[in-house]
Amino acid sequence: MATQVVMPKLSPTMEEGQLSRWLKKEGDKVSAGEPLAEIDTDKATMEAQALASGVLRKIFVEAGSTVPLGEVIAVIAEADEDISEIVARAQSGKTGAENKKSIEENVEAGQDGAQQELATVVPEGARTQATIQEQPLAGDAGEDGSSKSSDEAVQASSGGRQLPAPPPPTVNQQPPTNGDGAPDGRVIISPLAARMAAEANINLQTLRGSGPSGRIVKRDIEAVMSAGGANQPQSQSPQAQQQQQPSPVEVPPQAPAQQSQVQGAAAYREVPVSEMRRTIARRLATSLGPVPHFFLTTEIDMDKATEMRRSINDLDPELKISINDFIIKVTAAALSQHPQVNASYNDKTIRYYDGVDIGVAVALEGGLITPIVRGTDKKSVGQIAREVRELAERARNRQLRPEEYMGATFSISNLGMFGIDEFTAIINPPEAAILAVGQAKAMAVVRDGEIVVKQIMRVTLSCDHRIVDGATGAKFLQTFKKLLENPLYLLA
Amino acid sequence: MAVITMREALNQAMREEMQRDGNIFLMGEEVAAYQGAYKVSKGLLEEFGDKRVIDSPITELGFAGLGVGAAMAGLRPVIEFMTFNFSILATDQIINSAAKMLYMSGGQFKIPIVFRGPNGSAYQVSSQHSQAMESWYAHFPGLKVVMPSTPADAKGLLKSAIRDDDPVIFLEQERMYGIKGEVPDEEDFTIPLGQADIKREGTDATIVARSLTVPLALKAAEELEKMGVSCEVIDPRTIRPLDIKTIIESVKKTNRVVVAEESHSFCGVGAEISAQIAEQAFDYLDAPVRRISGADAPMPYAKNLEKLALPDVEKIVAAVREVAYLD
Repeated sequence: MATQVVMPKLSPTMEEGQLSRWLKKEGDKVSAGEPLAEIDTDKATMEAQALASGVLRKIFVEAGSTVPLGEVIAVIAEADEDISEIVARAQSGKTGAENKKSIEENVEAGQDGAQQELATVVPEGARTQATIQEQPLAGDAGEDGSSKSSDEAVQASSGGRQLPAPPPPTVNQQPPTNGDGAPDGRVIISPLAARMAAEANINLQTLRGSGPSGRIVKRDIEAVMSAGGANQPQSQSPQAQQQQQPSPVEVPPQAPAQQSQVQGAAAYREVPVSEMRRTIARRLATSLGPVPHFFLTTEIDMDKATEMRRSINDLDPELKISINDFIIKVTAAALSQHPQVNASYNDKTIRYYDGVDIGVAVALEGGLITPIVRGTDKKSVGQIAREVRELAERARNRQLRPEEYMGATFSISNLGMFGIDEFTAIINPPEAAILAVGQAKAMAVVRDGEIVVKQIMRVTLSCDHRIVDGATGAKFLQTFKKLLENPLYLLA
Repeated sequence: MAVITMREALNQAMREEMQRDGNIFLMGEEVAAYQGAYKVSKGLLEEFGDKRVIDSPITELGFAGLGVGAAMAGLRPVIEFMTFNFSILATDQIINSAAKMLYMSGGQFKIPIVFRGPNGSAYQVSSQHSQAMESWYAHFPGLKVVMPSTPADAKGLLKSAIRDDDPVIFLEQERMYGIKGEVPDEEDFTIPLGQADIKREGTDATIVARSLTVPLALKAAEELEKMGVSCEVIDPRTIRPLDIKTIIESVKKTNRVVVAEESHSFCGVGAEISAQIAEQAFDYLDAPVRRISGADAPMPYAKNLEKLALPDVEKIVAAVREVAYLD
């Protein structure tokens, strides 16, 4: 029986995926469970596996193309089966939307689509395709409503805690999804809201509508305007665009240089925005604009922490504990004492988290990601070190599963290894704060009236002023400093 | 101001106009000796005699045509249909003669005639006797169509209709003959045709209602007020010419519209109003225009089904909540 292979929903925010590589070619025999292709989602590269056995008869989508969720990308059938009808239907373009709907209905069938979906992504990538027979997705939401196959880390830290879903109407981190956006990804908006958005210069791509089918309506625009704008100019002057120099890292060598239309202006290269870069842009634009930040900096004397780390590593070289692992551990301990900083601001409520899940920013080629150490407060430095190493390694290989990088309660960004003394980080909403860590270096400081040489490290806490006040943030930093300067407290 | 019934208001309007102008006469089934099937012509035979208040045989096409001829000859007939369901028989005279005569005679013959009577549903009179006919007559250029919802509007508009030199379809409502309301005492009280009335001011949603649905819309607006939704209720009163301007102004203010009507929705007056709003106020709409109409089915005889087939307060409330995105 002929089976359509469709673009699967591989992450909760996924609206489309880039087919990075076919692992099979037309005419190849495939059996159910075998990887068919690699797909770049907005965060990770994942494998799409065959849900049916047979011959990969037809490939519709070339490697490198970006395809909306639900679109038919290939057909698996018997070698001699007539697939003309299924091919014609796929090429008519009508099936994509239907498939997407059925995929998202499957997701919606769970008690809470987004969460269930997130919690039940099977690590091995078994849930990959929906077929035209509407075969339920393996590990899909709604099978029994309990996250039976969910990742243990999610389970351990969830305790009933929900992933922060943006309450409508708010500026959103993700495009309309879960079956209520238009299947073709166009923005659904009332005529009035469209006019208001145009007048206020509001970028609709960052908005999620509160009306039926995710329609953006008047009150959504009013909410954005009263939240202080999020007025990202939708169009920039040509000059401004030309001045945007992409960072060297992201310029693929094949991108041809273009000459600016302005005489004498620098030439530039234009490269398509990658899925990850787009997600970073969308997420960060929902932070510094709507979230009122303030920053607190302090100096930490790292002598004892450095010494302790050396002692532990001497005891067991296998542990390979870094200073950053210490910082993560101390942060978790400080957060346990300052629950106001381990929280999220929602429109009508403030959510205080029972556990501490720390996101650790990891730089990747062409982007960054913050894998999460779940239940950080309950883990030893050794455990943290092992976990961070493992997560960072998989992050670089783009193998993280969505639940491994979504839904932290606090984040740490460390640029010390780049020789940065201090910097400010942008909060990762809906978290309440982020800690920016600079390098530890020997400095001359005054202690008891004497100039002495100490390992000094500067950290800066960015706080969401809607929940964290200056004194609240300062007290947290005070605890952090006390613990890190005297790490024996961790045992006390 | 005197508080009188719709029936009395209509009676006053005819009496006063017949007193004022000797060319006006009333004709229809049972209008004279029986004083009208709904007693709207009560006392008129006695006052004006049988040359001006005339019982017709049961032949709608015949006496409608007679009326058109009389109008061509210079009289000002008021033709009563016992219900507008029976006007279906007379549509050739109404649409082909009355509506077209001024145009086809190059302006030589004006047709100052009023066709009036109850329109829409009554109480369990089933499919053939419960029809709301306004979209039929409003469809054709050459006819004016009036639908009052209060005794005052009924009186003021009927007087204007009788004085108008064009054929006017004046649609009353059997369920509303007994409703009471204040009617101004001034001797020459009239309401111009083509002027909508804002029956209630509001800011969050506009309900466009006519005839039977006006009291329903007002009741719905009261309910919605308790839910924090401020509704504006607009009664166009005249379907042709339609005062779309007042409706558009309201839409620009509220951004949301529900049209409530007793008639079927398909090709109905609500459809026309929706289309004009889309054409003229598209950029002001925050939600699709929602219609609450009579069921798209012949009117059932059974009381429970009849109730379900008609618009009611709950349906209007639900529709407003929908366009206001409250559910």
